[in-house]
Amino acid sequence: MTNQQDPADDVRHTVSKSELFLGFLKIGLLGFGGIAPWARHVIIEERRWLTDKEFAAILGIGQILPGPNTMNAAVMIGDRFQGVPGVLLCLLGQMAMPLVIVTSLASIYQHFATIPEVKAAVVGAAAGAAGLVLGTALKMARKIRLAPRALVVAAMAFVAIGLLAWPLVPVVAALVPLGIAAAALERRA
Amino acid sequence: MIPDMLIDIARVFAILSLVSIGGANAVLPEIRRQVVDVQGWMSDASFTNLFAISNAAPGPNIILVSLIGWQLAGLAGLAVATLAIMIPSCSLAFLAGRVVSRWSDKRWVTLLKQGLVPVALGLILASGVSMMRTADHDALTTAISVATAVFVVFSSRNPLWAIATGTGVNIAALHFS
Repeated sequence: MTNQQDPADDVRHTVSKSELFLGFLKIGLLGFGGIAPWARHVIIEERRWLTDKEFAAILGIGQILPGPNTMNAAVMIGDRFQGVPGVLLCLLGQMAMPLVIVTSLASIYQHFATIPEVKAAVVGAAAGAAGLVLGTALKMARKIRLAPRALVVAAMAFVAIGLLAWPLVPVVAALVPLGIAAAALERRA
Repeated sequence: MIPDMLIDIARVFAILSLVSIGGANAVLPEIRRQVVDVQGWMSDASFTNLFAISNAAPGPNIILVSLIGWQLAGLAGLAVATLAIMIPSCSLAFLAGRVVSRWSDKRWVTLLKQGLVPVALGLILASGVSMMRTADHDALTTAISVATAVFVVFSSRNPLWAIATGTGVNIAALHFS
Protein backbone atom coordinates (compact mmCIF):
# COMPACT_ATOMS: atom_id res chain seq x y z
CA MET A 1 0.00 0.00 0.00
CA THR A 2 1.34 3.40 -0.90
CA ASN A 3 0.29 6.62 0.73
CA GLN A 4 1.26 10.27 0.57
CA GLN A 5 2.71 10.43 4.05
CA ASP A 6 6.42 10.20 4.50
CA PRO A 7 6.84 6.62 5.65
CA ALA A 8 10.26 7.42 7.09
CA ASP A 9 8.50 8.54 10.27
CA ASP A 10 7.40 4.95 10.88
CA VAL A 11 10.84 3.48 10.35
CA ARG A 12 13.27 2.72 13.13
CA HIS A 13 16.60 4.48 12.97
CA THR A 14 18.39 2.18 15.36
CA VAL A 15 18.22 -1.58 15.56
CA SER A 16 20.20 -3.33 18.27
CA LYS A 17 22.60 -6.21 17.68
CA SER A 18 20.35 -8.73 19.43
CA GLU A 19 17.33 -7.57 17.39
CA LEU A 20 19.30 -8.05 14.16
CA PHE A 21 20.34 -11.55 15.19
CA LEU A 22 16.87 -12.65 16.32
CA GLY A 23 15.17 -11.10 13.28
CA PHE A 24 17.42 -12.97 10.85
CA LEU A 25 17.16 -16.15 12.92
CA LYS A 26 13.42 -16.02 12.30
CA ILE A 27 13.85 -15.25 8.58
CA GLY A 28 16.17 -18.26 8.21
CA LEU A 29 13.79 -20.54 10.08
CA LEU A 30 10.71 -19.54 8.09
CA GLY A 31 12.28 -19.30 4.67
CA PHE A 32 11.24 -22.42 2.82
CA GLY A 33 11.59 -22.23 -0.95
CA GLY A 34 13.14 -18.77 -1.13
CA ILE A 35 13.52 -16.41 1.79
CA ALA A 36 12.92 -13.02 0.14
CA PRO A 37 9.16 -12.91 0.96
CA TRP A 38 9.86 -13.81 4.59
CA ALA A 39 12.69 -11.30 4.84
CA ARG A 40 10.29 -8.61 3.66
CA HIS A 41 7.61 -9.73 6.11
CA VAL A 42 9.91 -9.68 9.14
CA ILE A 43 11.94 -6.58 8.21
CA ILE A 44 9.14 -4.32 6.98
CA GLU A 45 5.74 -5.47 8.25
CA GLU A 46 6.77 -6.86 11.58
CA ARG A 47 9.75 -4.81 12.74
CA ARG A 48 9.80 -1.68 10.53
CA TRP A 49 13.55 -1.58 10.09
CA LEU A 50 13.27 -0.25 6.52
CA THR A 51 10.69 1.11 4.09
CA ASP A 52 9.57 -1.03 1.15
CA LYS A 53 11.52 1.23 -1.21
CA GLU A 54 14.74 0.89 0.75
CA PHE A 55 14.28 -2.86 0.99
CA ALA A 56 13.66 -3.19 -2.76
CA ALA A 57 16.79 -1.18 -3.53
CA ILE A 58 18.90 -3.35 -1.22
CA LEU A 59 17.48 -6.57 -2.73
CA GLY A 60 18.11 -5.19 -6.22
CA ILE A 61 21.79 -4.60 -5.52
CA GLY A 62 21.95 -8.02 -3.85
CA GLN A 63 20.50 -9.61 -6.98
CA ILE A 64 23.20 -8.37 -9.34
CA LEU A 65 26.10 -9.32 -7.07
CA PRO A 66 27.41 -12.86 -6.73
CA GLY A 67 25.74 -14.85 -3.94
CA PRO A 68 22.10 -15.19 -2.94
CA ASN A 69 20.40 -11.78 -3.06
CA THR A 70 18.87 -12.28 0.37
CA MET A 71 22.28 -13.05 1.87
CA ASN A 72 23.76 -9.94 0.24
CA ALA A 73 20.79 -7.98 1.61
CA ALA A 74 21.53 -9.35 5.10
CA VAL A 75 25.12 -8.07 4.76
CA MET A 76 24.01 -4.57 3.71
CA ILE A 77 21.27 -4.34 6.37
CA GLY A 78 23.64 -5.52 9.10
CA ASP A 79 26.25 -2.97 8.00
CA ARG A 80 23.68 -0.18 7.92
CA PHE A 81 22.54 -0.61 11.51
CA GLN A 82 25.54 -2.06 13.37
CA GLY A 83 28.58 -2.07 11.05
CA VAL A 84 30.75 -5.18 10.81
CA PRO A 85 29.40 -6.84 14.01
CA GLY A 86 25.90 -6.36 12.59
CA VAL A 87 26.91 -8.09 9.34
CA LEU A 88 28.27 -11.10 11.22
CA LEU A 89 25.19 -11.37 13.47
CA CYS A 90 22.76 -11.17 10.53
CA LEU A 91 24.65 -13.88 8.62
CA LEU A 92 24.94 -16.13 11.68
CA GLY A 93 21.25 -15.67 12.43
CA GLN A 94 20.23 -16.46 8.87
CA MET A 95 22.36 -19.60 8.57
CA ALA A 96 22.09 -21.15 12.06
CA MET A 97 18.70 -22.89 11.92
CA PRO A 98 18.87 -23.92 8.24
CA LEU A 99 22.24 -25.63 8.85
CA VAL A 100 20.92 -27.55 11.88
CA ILE A 101 17.76 -28.55 10.02
CA VAL A 102 19.46 -29.62 6.79
CA THR A 103 22.03 -31.83 8.53
CA SER A 104 19.29 -33.38 10.70
CA LEU A 105 17.23 -34.10 7.58
CA ALA A 106 20.25 -35.65 5.88
CA SER A 107 20.95 -37.92 8.89
CA ILE A 108 17.34 -39.07 9.04
CA TYR A 109 17.29 -39.57 5.30
CA GLN A 110 20.27 -41.93 5.41
CA HIS A 111 18.42 -44.13 7.93
CA PHE A 112 15.14 -44.19 6.07
CA ALA A 113 16.33 -43.95 2.47
CA THR A 114 15.32 -47.54 1.66
CA ILE A 115 11.63 -46.98 2.47
CA PRO A 116 9.83 -46.50 -0.89
CA GLU A 117 7.55 -43.78 0.47
CA VAL A 118 10.54 -41.73 1.68
CA LYS A 119 12.20 -42.06 -1.72
CA ALA A 120 8.97 -41.05 -3.46
CA ALA A 121 8.61 -38.04 -1.14
CA VAL A 122 12.15 -36.84 -1.85
CA VAL A 123 11.74 -37.32 -5.60
CA GLY A 124 8.37 -35.51 -5.51
CA ALA A 125 9.78 -32.60 -3.49
CA ALA A 126 12.74 -32.26 -5.87
CA ALA A 127 10.38 -32.14 -8.86
CA GLY A 128 8.35 -29.48 -7.06
CA ALA A 129 11.47 -27.45 -6.21
CA ALA A 130 12.55 -27.53 -9.87
CA GLY A 131 9.13 -26.17 -10.80
CA LEU A 132 9.49 -23.49 -8.10
CA VAL A 133 12.70 -22.19 -9.69
CA LEU A 134 11.25 -22.31 -13.22
CA GLY A 135 8.07 -20.57 -12.08
CA THR A 136 10.02 -17.90 -10.17
CA ALA A 137 12.13 -17.14 -13.26
CA LEU A 138 9.02 -16.86 -15.44
CA LYS A 139 7.28 -14.65 -12.88
CA MET A 140 10.31 -12.36 -12.68
CA ALA A 141 10.54 -12.20 -16.49
CA ARG A 142 6.89 -11.17 -16.63
CA LYS A 143 7.34 -8.44 -13.99
CA ILE A 144 10.68 -7.02 -15.14
CA ARG A 145 9.64 -6.70 -18.83
CA LEU A 146 13.05 -6.60 -20.46
CA ALA A 147 13.75 -4.35 -23.44
CA PRO A 148 14.43 -6.24 -26.73
CA ARG A 149 18.26 -6.05 -26.52
CA ALA A 150 18.25 -7.15 -22.89
CA LEU A 151 15.92 -9.99 -23.82
CA VAL A 152 18.54 -11.25 -26.31
CA VAL A 153 21.18 -11.22 -23.55
CA ALA A 154 18.84 -13.16 -21.22
CA ALA A 155 18.10 -15.68 -23.99
CA MET A 156 21.84 -16.15 -24.64
CA ALA A 157 22.44 -16.84 -20.94
CA PHE A 158 19.57 -19.34 -20.90
CA VAL A 159 20.72 -21.21 -24.03
CA ALA A 160 24.41 -21.30 -23.05
CA ILE A 161 23.84 -22.61 -19.52
CA GLY A 162 20.42 -24.28 -19.62
CA LEU A 163 20.55 -26.01 -23.03
CA LEU A 164 24.24 -26.26 -23.98
CA ALA A 165 25.51 -26.75 -20.38
CA TRP A 166 28.56 -24.53 -21.00
CA PRO A 167 30.72 -23.65 -17.97
CA LEU A 168 29.38 -20.66 -16.06
CA VAL A 169 32.42 -18.42 -15.58
CA PRO A 170 33.28 -17.66 -19.24
CA VAL A 171 29.59 -17.30 -20.10
CA VAL A 172 29.04 -14.72 -17.34
CA ALA A 173 32.29 -12.94 -18.21
CA ALA A 174 31.15 -12.60 -21.83
CA LEU A 175 27.53 -11.68 -21.15
CA VAL A 176 27.91 -9.05 -18.40
CA PRO A 177 29.59 -6.51 -20.76
CA LEU A 178 26.90 -7.28 -23.37
CA GLY A 179 24.21 -6.65 -20.76
CA ILE A 180 25.75 -3.31 -19.80
CA ALA A 181 26.13 -2.36 -23.48
CA ALA A 182 22.47 -3.25 -24.06
CA ALA A 183 21.46 -1.05 -21.12
CA ALA A 184 23.59 1.85 -22.41
CA LEU A 185 22.15 1.58 -25.96
CA GLU A 186 18.64 1.40 -24.54
CA ARG A 187 19.16 4.69 -22.71
CA ARG A 188 20.60 6.46 -25.76
CA ALA A 189 17.75 5.27 -27.98
CA MET B 1 47.90 -30.88 8.54
CA ILE B 2 44.82 -29.88 6.66
CA PRO B 3 43.44 -32.77 4.60
CA ASP B 4 43.57 -32.25 0.83
CA MET B 5 39.83 -32.76 0.64
CA LEU B 6 39.15 -29.66 2.76
CA ILE B 7 41.49 -27.58 0.60
CA ASP B 8 39.71 -28.80 -2.55
CA ILE B 9 36.31 -28.00 -1.01
CA ALA B 10 37.46 -24.49 -0.07
CA ARG B 11 38.94 -23.84 -3.54
CA VAL B 12 35.97 -25.11 -5.55
CA PHE B 13 33.30 -23.28 -3.53
CA ALA B 14 35.22 -20.03 -3.03
CA ILE B 15 35.51 -19.69 -6.83
CA LEU B 16 31.82 -20.57 -7.26
CA SER B 17 30.95 -17.95 -4.64
CA LEU B 18 32.53 -15.21 -6.74
CA VAL B 19 30.66 -16.11 -9.94
CA SER B 20 27.30 -16.97 -8.41
CA ILE B 21 25.35 -14.02 -9.77
CA GLY B 22 21.70 -14.90 -9.20
CA GLY B 23 22.42 -17.10 -6.18
CA ALA B 24 22.64 -20.85 -5.81
CA ASN B 25 19.87 -21.49 -8.32
CA ALA B 26 21.86 -19.75 -11.02
CA VAL B 27 25.04 -21.73 -10.30
CA LEU B 28 23.33 -25.06 -9.72
CA PRO B 29 24.43 -26.47 -13.10
CA GLU B 30 28.01 -25.41 -12.33
CA ILE B 31 27.86 -26.88 -8.80
CA ARG B 32 26.66 -30.18 -10.30
CA ARG B 33 29.33 -30.06 -13.00
CA GLN B 34 32.11 -29.44 -10.45
CA VAL B 35 30.92 -31.92 -7.80
CA VAL B 36 29.91 -34.79 -10.14
CA ASP B 37 31.88 -34.38 -13.40
CA VAL B 38 35.06 -32.44 -12.59
CA GLN B 39 35.91 -33.48 -9.00
CA GLY B 40 34.09 -36.83 -9.09
CA TRP B 41 33.06 -36.40 -5.45
CA MET B 42 29.73 -38.20 -5.84
CA SER B 43 27.34 -39.79 -8.33
CA ASP B 44 24.58 -37.86 -10.06
CA ALA B 45 22.05 -39.79 -7.95
CA SER B 46 23.71 -38.79 -4.64
CA PHE B 47 23.86 -35.19 -5.82
CA THR B 48 20.15 -35.28 -6.65
CA ASN B 49 19.41 -36.64 -3.14
CA LEU B 50 21.39 -33.85 -1.46
CA PHE B 51 19.67 -31.31 -3.69
CA ALA B 52 16.26 -32.64 -2.66
CA ILE B 53 17.18 -32.65 1.06
CA SER B 54 18.51 -29.09 0.91
CA ASN B 55 15.28 -28.00 -0.76
CA ALA B 56 13.23 -29.57 2.02
CA ALA B 57 15.01 -27.32 4.55
CA PRO B 58 14.36 -23.59 5.01
CA GLY B 59 16.94 -20.87 4.50
CA PRO B 60 19.18 -19.67 1.68
CA ASN B 61 19.53 -22.42 -0.91
CA ILE B 62 23.32 -22.31 -0.78
CA ILE B 63 22.94 -24.67 2.20
CA LEU B 64 23.15 -27.29 -0.58
CA VAL B 65 26.86 -26.44 -0.59
CA SER B 66 27.07 -26.83 3.22
CA LEU B 67 25.40 -30.22 2.88
CA ILE B 68 27.84 -31.32 0.16
CA GLY B 69 30.72 -30.36 2.48
CA TRP B 70 29.12 -32.30 5.34
CA GLN B 71 28.67 -35.37 3.14
CA LEU B 72 32.31 -35.24 1.98
CA ALA B 73 34.15 -34.44 5.23
CA GLY B 74 31.75 -34.25 8.19
CA LEU B 75 31.56 -31.21 10.43
CA ALA B 76 34.87 -29.78 9.17
CA GLY B 77 33.61 -30.14 5.59
CA LEU B 78 30.37 -28.40 6.51
CA ALA B 79 32.24 -25.47 8.08
CA VAL B 80 34.77 -25.14 5.24
CA ALA B 81 32.16 -25.38 2.46
CA THR B 82 29.83 -22.89 4.19
CA LEU B 83 32.58 -20.34 4.82
CA ALA B 84 34.04 -20.80 1.32
CA ILE B 85 30.70 -20.13 -0.39
CA MET B 86 29.88 -17.19 1.94
CA ILE B 87 33.06 -15.19 2.53
CA PRO B 88 33.88 -14.07 -1.07
CA SER B 89 30.35 -13.05 -2.06
CA CYS B 90 29.56 -11.49 1.32
CA SER B 91 32.78 -9.45 1.30
CA LEU B 92 31.90 -8.20 -2.17
CA ALA B 93 28.36 -7.34 -1.01
CA PHE B 94 29.83 -5.43 1.93
CA LEU B 95 32.09 -3.35 -0.32
CA ALA B 96 29.39 -2.89 -2.97
CA GLY B 97 26.89 -1.76 -0.34
CA ARG B 98 29.27 0.96 0.83
CA VAL B 99 30.18 2.03 -2.72
CA VAL B 100 26.57 2.16 -3.92
CA SER B 101 25.30 4.10 -0.92
CA ARG B 102 28.06 6.64 -1.56
CA TRP B 103 27.66 6.98 -5.36
CA SER B 104 24.01 6.01 -5.83
CA ASP B 105 23.30 9.03 -8.09
CA LYS B 106 26.03 8.19 -10.63
CA ARG B 107 25.16 6.98 -14.15
CA TRP B 108 27.54 3.98 -14.09
CA VAL B 109 25.83 2.57 -11.01
CA THR B 110 22.47 2.65 -12.79
CA LEU B 111 23.89 1.11 -16.00
CA LEU B 112 25.62 -1.67 -14.10
CA LYS B 113 22.43 -2.50 -12.21
CA GLN B 114 20.42 -2.57 -15.46
CA GLY B 115 22.99 -4.56 -17.42
CA LEU B 116 23.18 -7.40 -14.92
CA VAL B 117 19.43 -7.96 -14.72
CA PRO B 118 18.99 -9.95 -18.00
CA VAL B 119 22.07 -12.09 -17.26
CA ALA B 120 20.72 -13.03 -13.83
CA LEU B 121 17.27 -13.71 -15.25
CA GLY B 122 18.56 -15.98 -18.02
CA LEU B 123 20.66 -17.90 -15.50
CA ILE B 124 17.73 -18.55 -13.15
CA LEU B 125 15.61 -19.76 -16.05
CA ALA B 126 18.46 -22.06 -17.10
CA SER B 127 18.58 -23.39 -13.53
CA GLY B 128 14.90 -24.26 -13.55
CA VAL B 129 15.35 -26.29 -16.75
CA SER B 130 18.56 -27.91 -15.52
CA MET B 131 16.91 -28.83 -12.19
CA MET B 132 13.99 -30.37 -14.06
CA ARG B 133 16.38 -32.46 -16.13
CA THR B 134 17.92 -33.81 -12.92
CA ALA B 135 14.69 -34.22 -10.93
CA ASP B 136 12.15 -35.41 -13.48
CA HIS B 137 12.42 -39.08 -14.47
CA ASP B 138 8.90 -39.76 -15.74
CA ALA B 139 5.62 -38.20 -16.81
CA LEU B 140 4.43 -37.77 -13.21
CA THR B 141 7.49 -35.89 -11.89
CA THR B 142 7.49 -33.72 -15.02
CA ALA B 143 3.82 -32.93 -14.39
CA ILE B 144 4.62 -32.05 -10.74
CA SER B 145 7.36 -29.62 -11.87
CA VAL B 146 5.15 -27.98 -14.48
CA ALA B 147 2.18 -27.71 -12.10
CA THR B 148 4.40 -26.15 -9.40
CA ALA B 149 5.80 -23.65 -11.91
CA VAL B 150 2.27 -22.69 -13.00
CA PHE B 151 1.22 -22.28 -9.35
CA VAL B 152 4.20 -20.01 -8.63
CA VAL B 153 3.58 -17.83 -11.69
CA PHE B 154 -0.14 -17.33 -11.10
CA SER B 155 -0.46 -17.42 -7.31
CA SER B 156 1.20 -15.36 -4.60
CA ARG B 157 0.43 -18.00 -1.97
CA ASN B 158 3.24 -19.84 -0.25
CA PRO B 159 4.80 -22.33 -2.76
CA LEU B 160 5.06 -24.73 0.18
CA TRP B 161 1.46 -25.73 -0.67
CA ALA B 162 2.39 -26.72 -4.23
CA ILE B 163 5.50 -28.61 -3.15
CA ALA B 164 3.64 -30.45 -0.37
CA THR B 165 0.91 -31.43 -2.84
CA GLY B 166 3.46 -32.65 -5.39
CA THR B 167 5.22 -34.70 -2.71
CA GLY B 168 1.91 -36.22 -1.58
CA VAL B 169 0.92 -37.07 -5.15
CA ASN B 170 4.25 -38.78 -5.80
CA ILE B 171 3.87 -40.90 -2.61
CA ALA B 172 0.26 -41.78 -3.47
CA ALA B 173 1.33 -42.83 -6.97
CA LEU B 174 3.35 -45.68 -5.43
CA HIS B 175 0.13 -47.42 -4.50
CA PHE B 176 -1.59 -47.02 -7.85
CA SER B 177 1.08 -48.25 -10.21
